[in-house]
Amino acid sequence: MIHSLFLINHTGDIFLEKHWKSVISRGVCDYFLEVKEKAVEPENVPPVLQTPHHYLISIYRDKLFFLSVIQTEVPPLFVIEFLHRVADTFQDYFGECSESIIKDNVVTVYELLEEMLDNGFPLATESNILKEMIKPPTILRSVVNTLTGSSNVGDKLPTGQLSNIPWRRAAVKYTNNEAYFDVIEEIDAILDKSGMTVFAEIQGVIEACTRLSGMPDLTLSFMNPRLLDDVSFHPCVRFKRWESERVLSFIPPDGNFTLMTYHVSSQNLVAIPVYVKQNISFFETGSCGRLDITIGPKQTMGKMVEGLMVTVHMPKAVLSVNLTASQGNYTYDLATKVLVWDIGKLNPQKPPNLRGTLSVQSGAPRPEENPALDIKLKIQQLAISGLKVNRLDMYGEKYKPFKGVKYMTKAGKFQVRT
Amino acid sequence: MTTMQKLLQLPVNAVNIVKTVQSQVQGQEEDKSPVLTPDGGQQTWYNALQPDELRHLRSGGSGGGFGGGGGGGGGGDQEERAVLEEGGGSFQNQPLRHDDLKEMLDSNKDSLKLEAMKRIVAMVARGKNASDLFPAVVKNVACKNIEVKKLVYVYLVRYAEEQQDLALLSISTFQRGLKDPNQLIRASALRVLSSIRVTIIVPIMMLAIKEAASDMSPYVRKTAAHAIPKLYSLDPEQKDQLIEVIEKLLADKTTLVAGSVVMAFEEVCPERIDLIHKNYRKLCNLLIDVEEWGQVVIINMLTRYARTQFLNPNINESLLEEGGEKTFYGSEEDEDEDDEDKDKKAEVATMAKRKPYVMDPDHRLLLRNTKPLLQSRNAAVVMAVAQLYFHLAPKAEVGVIAKALVRLLRSHSEVQYVVLQNVATMTIKRRGMFEPYLKSFYIRSTDPTQIKVLKLEVLTNLANETNISTILREFQTYIKSMDKDFVAATIQAIGRCATNIGEVRDTCLNGLVQLLSNRDELVVAESVVVIKKLLQMQPEKHSDIIKHMAKLIDNIQVPMARASILWLIGEYCEHVPKISPDVLRKMAKSFTNEEDIVKLQIINLAAKLYLTNSKQTKLLTQYVLNLAKYDQNYDIRDRARFIRQLIVPTEKSGALSKYAKKLFLALKPAPVLESPFKDRDHFQLGSLSHLLNAKAGGYQELPDWPEAAPDPSVRNVEVKESVFTLLERVTTLTSVPEWTKCSSREKRKEKKVEKPFYSDSEGESGPTESADSESDSANGSESVSGSEVSGSGSESEESEEGSESEEEEEEEDEEKDKKKKKKELKKKPVQESESEQSSEEEEEERKHERKSKPRKSDSETESGDEEESESESSQSESDESESEAEVKKKKKAAQSKPPAKPVKTDGKKEKKEMSLLDLDDFEPAPSPQVTPVNSFLSSSLVTDLEGLSLSDSVLSPATIAPSSALKSYELLHRITGEGLSVEYCFSRQPFSPDANMVAVQIQFTNNATSDTKNLHMEDVKLQSGMRVKEFPEIELLPAGETTTAVMGIDFCDSTQAANFQLCTHTRKFFVSIQPPVGELMRPIFLTENEFKKEQGQLMGMNEITERLTLDVKCRNEHTIVQRVTTAANLSRVPCGSDKECRFAGRTVTSSSLVLVTVATKEEGAAQLTVNCEKMVIGTMLVKDILQALTQ
Repeated sequence: MIHSLFLINHTGDIFLEKHWKSVISRGVCDYFLEVKEKAVEPENVPPVLQTPHHYLISIYRDKLFFLSVIQTEVPPLFVIEFLHRVADTFQDYFGECSESIIKDNVVTVYELLEEMLDNGFPLATESNILKEMIKPPTILRSVVNTLTGSSNVGDKLPTGQLSNIPWRRAAVKYTNNEAYFDVIEEIDAILDKSGMTVFAEIQGVIEACTRLSGMPDLTLSFMNPRLLDDVSFHPCVRFKRWESERVLSFIPPDGNFTLMTYHVSSQNLVAIPVYVKQNISFFETGSCGRLDITIGPKQTMGKMVEGLMVTVHMPKAVLSVNLTASQGNYTYDLATKVLVWDIGKLNPQKPPNLRGTLSVQSGAPRPEENPALDIKLKIQQLAISGLKVNRLDMYGEKYKPFKGVKYMTKAGKFQVRT
Repeated sequence: MTTMQKLLQLPVNAVNIVKTVQSQVQGQEEDKSPVLTPDGGQQTWYNALQPDELRHLRSGGSGGGFGGGGGGGGGGDQEERAVLEEGGGSFQNQPLRHDDLKEMLDSNKDSLKLEAMKRIVAMVARGKNASDLFPAVVKNVACKNIEVKKLVYVYLVRYAEEQQDLALLSISTFQRGLKDPNQLIRASALRVLSSIRVTIIVPIMMLAIKEAASDMSPYVRKTAAHAIPKLYSLDPEQKDQLIEVIEKLLADKTTLVAGSVVMAFEEVCPERIDLIHKNYRKLCNLLIDVEEWGQVVIINMLTRYARTQFLNPNINESLLEEGGEKTFYGSEEDEDEDDEDKDKKAEVATMAKRKPYVMDPDHRLLLRNTKPLLQSRNAAVVMAVAQLYFHLAPKAEVGVIAKALVRLLRSHSEVQYVVLQNVATMTIKRRGMFEPYLKSFYIRSTDPTQIKVLKLEVLTNLANETNISTILREFQTYIKSMDKDFVAATIQAIGRCATNIGEVRDTCLNGLVQLLSNRDELVVAESVVVIKKLLQMQPEKHSDIIKHMAKLIDNIQVPMARASILWLIGEYCEHVPKISPDVLRKMAKSFTNEEDIVKLQIINLAAKLYLTNSKQTKLLTQYVLNLAKYDQNYDIRDRARFIRQLIVPTEKSGALSKYAKKLFLALKPAPVLESPFKDRDHFQLGSLSHLLNAKAGGYQELPDWPEAAPDPSVRNVEVKESVFTLLERVTTLTSVPEWTKCSSREKRKEKKVEKPFYSDSEGESGPTESADSESDSANGSESVSGSEVSGSGSESEESEEGSESEEEEEEEDEEKDKKKKKKELKKKPVQESESEQSSEEEEEERKHERKSKPRKSDSETESGDEEESESESSQSESDESESEAEVKKKKKAAQSKPPAKPVKTDGKKEKKEMSLLDLDDFEPAPSPQVTPVNSFLSSSLVTDLEGLSLSDSVLSPATIAPSSALKSYELLHRITGEGLSVEYCFSRQPFSPDANMVAVQIQFTNNATSDTKNLHMEDVKLQSGMRVKEFPEIELLPAGETTTAVMGIDFCDSTQAANFQLCTHTRKFFVSIQPPVGELMRPIFLTENEFKKEQGQLMGMNEITERLTLDVKCRNEHTIVQRVTTAANLSRVPCGSDKECRFAGRTVTSSSLVLVTVATKEEGAAQLTVNCEKMVIGTMLVKDILQALTQ
């Protein structure tokens, strides 16, 4: 399966290599680097490349390329999914997944890679098992380690690999037992020029954080599970139970995990929380343009809209902007031509407005397309689909855990065409 | 011997070291196995060797005095390293540093060693050469510190291939590890040992793998499976031996091993599909519990397997499709296909009539067991299931994958990229599937270009008459995009839509023509090219467009576009006779400055004009040809010469020139604008080969469906050997003929019922126990909701759901015949049962009682029954459980419905509402507080039981009378049934038409004022493998009357419900029958000795023991026996001790033995033991009996 892995930064330096079978020269990356040079954006590098003797499958995460070398037929998604899992693990261990942090923890990274794959086939990918074998570095531990000479590698044998529920550590103990669930919904929408909804849907995810002793068996039920159209679960969820009763029954992993993701059925109309009035125009003469954006509340269910942010990818010809914002402030990155307007809380009485002029490179043709606006927003304490958790029950353990459910609505891929 | 010899033929420098111990080892070897058995002696040689000799070795190696090969190699390495490091622009003093590291590695302090190893591994990670440190590192392989050890392993695996001889020194450590009592150490030793790519140790690896493959620990076996492909890549000659190991591991029953061994199978011997037969059903059943990566590999393999073993479920439709494709233009084909979609059902029905297709139950099993995995969080798993459904499922069922694939589009862009490629291929074959998700493929300006283009492809494939207007509107926004490559792709997409959909051809053409005035040259050029293709379809109608384009020639600079315009004018010069010579004139002027493709088209244009309009263009043509004659490009010179000969008649010109006109002005077929994804599905979807559209190395072709299905019996698994022989023995002993003759089919079913691992653990963990028993209600709700897909998931094995009514009718006819026979047969068992009865008179009495007060008993049972029916109805209305308040509201609503209907409901309704409101919990599974009786129970016991019985009213007044009071369950409540109430009970009588069926006695009471006619069953929905023998139709049930009927259900030893519709002449009701686990068995007689013998064979996993405290009322033998036999249909086994009660039975379908022991101790303490080969049944039975004994 996966033969070798190379980590490449965005400038094209290979800073880590790992081979699970015999060594493959890093020269194989040249094919990839060539394609990468040609592509304008790093995202545009095709994830699968063919070279005379190998296939290269890569992902782009956090400004790093994870490039794997394959020699024989393998489902490409298998590799891609695995590479993302590797990146997730790094993120989980080190808090971020950047070149410098990987270089700083190169030994841990190497140990992780060694455990995650055996002969190119995934071996241990559950973070709970990995953490049992290789402890994540913390400042405290590194201090202790240097003083006592003890190590990051767990000295107990990782029994998690043997269990039927590999996602949970054995013998978990907490003084405070708690289980928190965040229901986060994202609105994906495309609005057209006139503010009409071209396409809108709600995608939700339930993030859980459980710190429960022993082997608790949880049951989470919804008031209105009918809303859920399409779901995908963490492996711990018993699918049969969901099929028959529409409740989530599971023995949770320890710590943070994504319990489920769901899609709200398309019959339900999606409430769009804000309206956007915009006018972006470029004049035929005089090499300048005009921009005017107003955002106001639409269907917010009486909640405050926060974290409002508008991102505009300006045409390449726009040299600079001269705008005034009635609320919040804006930045314009000259190199990437991205205009970001950070509004903050939405004031329903006085809808925030951004207006001013754009100066266009003289001589360049008038930009054909008006740039689309990407909107980010957050609404606390509201699941826009109306999904409600009914109750959470715990079996299998005696103590009473502290339980909590939080709702949040965010803008997902929320785009306004202009 | 050979092993050792090979091992001992060490390279020069290693021999020196090993020599000292050689004699020792050989001495050992003579009396022991050929392996380096890591006994005490072994250890000493290693230990003795380790500290001193290795140090010699190291110093020798670096000093160059130690054996030529090693020293030379080391020197070479050092040079290499130097080169490398200079290239990297790093340290000059590296050799010194390495000495530094060596010193640290030699020290006694673990912390120093660790530090050194960390630095070395960091070098390895950066790709620096650290091979000269090998001797220093390798001797730390036995270090106590785990982290040091692990890092040494990392290093060792990396460099062992380069330093084979030195690597051998570490082998014995691993061999010792292989014998460690701790499974994790055994596994890790095998893992590292097999990762060392040194050919000389192949025999050792082989032995280690073989040994590990029969290790007790599944984790070690898993590691063995991982080691197989490693060894195979090292030495392909071991293939035959490895296949043996694979075969052995394939038979493994744990989820841990399944994924890894299938992976090994795929790498070593993917062609040996015959190895899968026996494990097919097990793999299907385990699948859901295998870890996600293993799932992917297994599903892909099973897809291939299924393609070789089963028949094409779409065989009839594919014939049809071929018919459709014969039409030339896409548009017509589309119409065909569309009609096809609409009338699919009808067509399937007609086709089915011609050639009935019956799906193999194993095929169904695969589809059913993979479906839940569409919900996996792992995109690779979802894709694997999707491709399985695409390649294997009947057309009507493929739709389920669309939703899951669309979900993946929310994932990372790389995932999107792969998924979209596959969706694009799918949309060509099965467009209808993704049509509802059209909008999910709309493009955002922030998508990467490759994603945009793929989405565009999908949108184009999805376009049809109904949605084309929205799609075109969407395309309009895309055309304005800043990403010009994407715009070009959009224009091509519009072109394809236009060719495929006749209605919008003109609209598209107009749109494209408008684009001709776009300021961006690329857009215009692309439009020209597309318009050219479109015009070729109907040139007559569009001479004005051609004229318009002729004008454009002045402005467009893109060569391809200019060439296209010229070609168009030349081709259709007769439609634009005035303009064309003028264009040629302009072109002749600019000829020398044009690009090559344009020049060629100018020559073409000239030639065509010369042929049609030589008067005006003769000179121009000659001028152009002369220019071309001296062109720099030889293609153009050739073309000019050729054309001159062809069109200008001279004496020398041959016969060809006569046909010049025909040659040039031949009618050319319009180009077909095809999707690049057409026919890509001959590659297995989701594979690398599919993505690249080229066969990748190691790709296994997806075989075509076989014409005729190979023998399905190859997949039959003999019941685990021991049990099977045991069964045989039992049957010879007891000489009960019925279940010895279990057919292959029964065995197969038995396999199927076997629950995967997870569900077992569910059974054990307290709160979820109900999960299994409740799954049937899901089926209920599924079938009720009537969704085609889910319904077909649980369809019966005999007929595919799609294959419709006619067939069913035929079957029904047959069935009716059978029923007649059954009626005749029925009398027999009745008599038997009566004879078994304690006394017939008693029965008579009871009948009278019931007749006199049917109402009363009804209300007695009401609360319990109400519970069930309500939960059913609320589930059928919506498969959700809402808050209590809401449910109550709903119930009220449901209550108010029936009275609105003409059926008369009297005052009793109020009573019912009361009981309804009391409900605060609903449990679909009927609780097994049953009071049945076994034939051997004394009559006094029977009378005792009658007092406990909740519902003796169920007992039939008609011919069939069960031996005693039985718990009855409600099938249809009076209110939901609009006057018809139906109850059922398990009569515990053998069902004579089919011994594998459980007899279910159904009692119908007509409480309405009007007669009910034609009571019968329809639309039976079952889990596969289950069968139902319907009760004979009841033609008339007068008002107020009660009647009973008996039906048989083969539950396949599962507690899955049988769902069907109960039909009267006016209405249909969805109902379901679910058996308590205790009803799935029948009593058998065993002697005490036999019992003990059988119990001895069913130990370990098959034994479940539970401690309990007996209920106060239940402390004598008598009550225990009574309660156990009430809970389960078992018979008592005579027993010497009065502290133990034993019971025996066999499951109805598979005749698996069920043994129950209740051992009592002081003060109500007791121990319950259930031995049953079917763990699920055992677990559930324990639960039920426990409940019965403790309440």
